[in-house]
Amino acid sequence: MHSNRYTMIFALVVCVSCSVLLAIAAESLKPSIQQNMRFDVQRNILKAMGLLKNVPDAGRPEIETIYRERIEEKVVDAQGNIVTGKKPADLDPRTDTELYPVYVNTVNDRVTAYCFPVSGKGLWSTIYGYIALENDGETVKGITFYKHGETPGLGGEIEKEWFTENFEGKKLFDPEGKFTPLMVAKGRVNEFLPQEKKNHMVDGISGATLTGRGINIFLEKDIEKYLPFLNRIRNSNG
Amino acid sequence: MSGFILSKMEKRTVVDPMWDNNPISLQVLGICSALAVTVKLDTALVMSLAVIFVLTMSNVAVSILRNFIPSKIRILIFLSVIATLVILTDQILKAVVYDISKQLSVFVGLIITNCIILGRAEAFASANPPWPSFLDGLGNGLGYAWILMVVAFFRELFGSGTLFGLRIIPQALYNIGYVDVGLMVLAPGAFLLLGIIIWVQRAISRQVEE
Repeated sequence: MHSNRYTMIFALVVCVSCSVLLAIAAESLKPSIQQNMRFDVQRNILKAMGLLKNVPDAGRPEIETIYRERIEEKVVDAQGNIVTGKKPADLDPRTDTELYPVYVNTVNDRVTAYCFPVSGKGLWSTIYGYIALENDGETVKGITFYKHGETPGLGGEIEKEWFTENFEGKKLFDPEGKFTPLMVAKGRVNEFLPQEKKNHMVDGISGATLTGRGINIFLEKDIEKYLPFLNRIRNSNG
Repeated sequence: MSGFILSKMEKRTVVDPMWDNNPISLQVLGICSALAVTVKLDTALVMSLAVIFVLTMSNVAVSILRNFIPSKIRILIFLSVIATLVILTDQILKAVVYDISKQLSVFVGLIITNCIILGRAEAFASANPPWPSFLDGLGNGLGYAWILMVVAFFRELFGSGTLFGLRIIPQALYNIGYVDVGLMVLAPGAFLLLGIIIWVQRAISRQVEE
């Protein structure tokens, strides 16, 4: 039988050596983990913008090159002004609640698409994604959901192309220019609805109504933050 | 003890948990992760490797420490060792195979609570020298792994029509009306498969539950 003193010291030694080991491992692996996360973000932005459609098998170097060449990272404030000298990576989510990242795809100095992050609660988990808009600032170019914990096969289908493709070409504004949030329908969109309704509606996933409802709520909330910015784009386009 | 040729005893330590005393199909341990990560073969493979690594290393560590661990706090010590190894594995996976680690999400972390690992530490490693403990961990890890791979094979083939992400069931078949079995991508599908595997295995080995 060991004495209490021995037991305490033994426990202490085990705890300290485990923590030292983990601290060293975490610190030395941190750079490559962060790089992986950054790359994942880049890939999803390109995917939302539809830039990977022609190169479905693009590996990491290709994707990084496309990103570097095509994407400008910008920050906008709550009034829709572009904040010069700031990058999305500089934003601190705790203090910069009024500043939002925007990724802009430019070809020969002409903007072809805007992209920004969206996230919120699904059914079980927080869903993270990116939505990309055409240069008119109101037509959806694409969307990706890259991180979630929804049921595989049901809500988990949101990451699949057959679902995200449904968003393409949908409108964020009605003909009068009023913001109309996107709606993931319960199951398929009713074909007999008038076109101006269908413009804002997306086929849902049967068996995942609550995931769809979550998406509706956070898409509306997150897109609203960018409304001043989007309105500026729409006005400048006339 | 010669390093490469295993004695009869040692061979039993490795082979036993693969079939006669399989942690999943006989002892019915570690079921929750077996259900969760077997939708695709690649996640099942990475999960299996992670479990084999954690299991052998924790067995060896516990075995080395076995004569020093105060019995009053032994479970706590086992858990600290296991948790350390699991967090280490999780970090390594994040650094090396980020996409797969994202799909495995919490389940790598949940290896900590996998009963197989604590079970082997308590039942075997705490009473045996490091080398047999290593073999025991390896055997149990492989026993866990092959069941996972078999379940994942059927789930991915019938649930998504692919194996390791490669299309196996041709598009032509879908065109004439073939549909993936939705049940296979859900947890109950894995449950049914596991039941069938246990049934088949016991039918072969004629093992009867007392």
